[in-house]
Amino acid sequence: MQHSSLTVRAVLYLALLLFAALFLIPFYLVLVTSFKDVAELRRGNMLSLPETWTVAAWLKAWSAACTGAACNGLRPYFYNSLEMVVPAVLISSVIGAFNGYALAQWHFRGADAIFTLLLLGFFIPYQAILLPAAQFLGYLHLSNTIAGLVLIHVAYGIAFTTMLFRNYYVSVPPDLVKAARVDGAGFFLIFRKIFLPISLPIFTVCIIWQFTQIWNDFLFGAAFSGTTARPVTVGLNNLVNTTEGVKEYNVDMAGAVITALPTLIVYIFGGRYFVRGLTAGAVKG
Amino acid sequence: MPGLKIRDVYKTFGSNIEVLKGVNLEVEQGQFLILVGNSGCGKSTLLNMIAGLETITRGEIEIGGRVVNDLPPKSRDIAMVFQSYALYPSMTVKENISFGLEIRKVPLAERSTIVARVAEMLQISDLLDRRPRQLSGGQRQRVAMGRALARDPELFLFDEPLSNLDAQLRLEMRAEIKMMHRRLGKTICYVTHDQIEAMTLGDRIAVMKDGVIQHFGSPQELYDSPSTMYVAGFIGSPPMNFISGQLRTAGSGVAIEIDTGLAKSLLKLPFGLTQMQAYIGKNVVLGLRPERITDAMHSSSRFPVQTVEVRVDVVEPTGPDTLITTHLNGKRVVSRIHPGTRPDDASRLSLLFDLSKAVLFDPDKGTRIDAVSAIHQAA
Repeated sequence: MQHSSLTVRAVLYLALLLFAALFLIPFYLVLVTSFKDVAELRRGNMLSLPETWTVAAWLKAWSAACTGAACNGLRPYFYNSLEMVVPAVLISSVIGAFNGYALAQWHFRGADAIFTLLLLGFFIPYQAILLPAAQFLGYLHLSNTIAGLVLIHVAYGIAFTTMLFRNYYVSVPPDLVKAARVDGAGFFLIFRKIFLPISLPIFTVCIIWQFTQIWNDFLFGAAFSGTTARPVTVGLNNLVNTTEGVKEYNVDMAGAVITALPTLIVYIFGGRYFVRGLTAGAVKG
Repeated sequence: MPGLKIRDVYKTFGSNIEVLKGVNLEVEQGQFLILVGNSGCGKSTLLNMIAGLETITRGEIEIGGRVVNDLPPKSRDIAMVFQSYALYPSMTVKENISFGLEIRKVPLAERSTIVARVAEMLQISDLLDRRPRQLSGGQRQRVAMGRALARDPELFLFDEPLSNLDAQLRLEMRAEIKMMHRRLGKTICYVTHDQIEAMTLGDRIAVMKDGVIQHFGSPQELYDSPSTMYVAGFIGSPPMNFISGQLRTAGSGVAIEIDTGLAKSLLKLPFGLTQMQAYIGKNVVLGLRPERITDAMHSSSRFPVQTVEVRVDVVEPTGPDTLITTHLNGKRVVSRIHPGTRPDDASRLSLLFDLSKAVLFDPDKGTRIDAVSAIHQAA
């Protein structure tokens, strides 16, 4: 018995290691390539560690690589993305919390119909709304601006954030709202004083999710950003596609890591709250 | 002055779900009103309407002489205690109690004084900095009461406040609520499904069924003279016995024939022949409380009793007295006898029937047919 269970365990770990390698090797490749120079790349040995470690590719990707005509690296795009993602995440989360609270705890006429319509938002493919959205942004004079991108991401995120908060707040006993109303609190005060303070777990989930979605978006970024408001995903695409002479894979790889870094950081630091938040109920017995 | 007045109140959900069908109630200021009934009878809906948490479809509700139909909960001068306690989870006990005062812009110093006073009254002074999740059920119940007391309202509303407590604690809290009521002298409207709570706490009890008040009166009146079979069966434990049979003339009065399974005998009823003329020869239901059927050792009745020999089906000693189940006219009948009598199962026993408090019901409608004028249904 002891012997066979040990074998099973060994096989299990072997399989796990194999799958982990399958996932990690591409990332390893990206990392080691980004620290090599072009000469070393040309010699092959893709899997080997750099002979001479250099951050030149990183510096170039950040501030000097050409992305089309301009040669300022990813930096301007990165800042664009930051300017877009922070307000878009915060606004869509707050609106979602508010909607979720209203839909879960205030049974106004048509609440269920509104919620169903909101859920339909999940099933609309991005591509289907590109043209009307572009026209709409035009009417608002927000075409090719970061504000326009924020608006699009907020509008698109509300369906998800609303559902997330509604399902969380549905587990709050309705007596709580009744008690607060008898105590004299109104719609907004009840939200602020009673619902917001118990919402940290679900806010964490919402912010991580929305951050990842909006930061990683390429389609809206490519379609609505013009030349001055492009997010980093579009910047990376342009960087990779702009080649003068030798293809600098090390710069491309460094650019890819720079682009992915914020979402990586968010997951590394927020990951455990993400799981905790998903499983947490609103009110602990 | 009326503390609470409910005039012809209706509640309809959607287009055709009628939950309340014309409720009328009035209690004096300082009285303890109980709304009691099984789940779905509309008692909680009525309480929510008094609180202003549900709209009033039709009719009028008055609190302390003021029509409150169009006032929001906060302007009705009420406080409410919930079955689930509904304590704000992120606030400490102190913050929970003073939340309503804070919203009403009561100055901080005054708030602290009130919280301290209320906490002392409820013996929760040492819990003030805890959060609800750190409290036991009984402690949460006290905090919920404290929150209501701090507001010092015209009218207290209780929505089954003791249902989530264990039996021992429920008994203690029941006594405390009664003491609190005597001390504060405020009007209370208290919803429960527990008839013992209703009997022990209430000055006035409204027994509700299917959105209608079946009987509104004092506990003793409901007990002695219930207006319907539903009320008779609801109030009292064990409930009133129902013995169905034909009403007959017996001399100058009336009687009902009963079959004990051993013999048939006539029970003479304390109603006049002229009064009951219309029901002679018809089936009626005789209502009699268990303690009105007893044995020779236990009988303290000042009224004439009639002796009937019955077969004992079940013997249940409760301590102060023993419950005997027997069958009359095929229906289960429970009597309360002296604990020293100790009959065996399936033995024979002579029971003394005291019919001075007997009531008669119409078997189809379930309504009283004797002493119709005494029926005190809310007009």
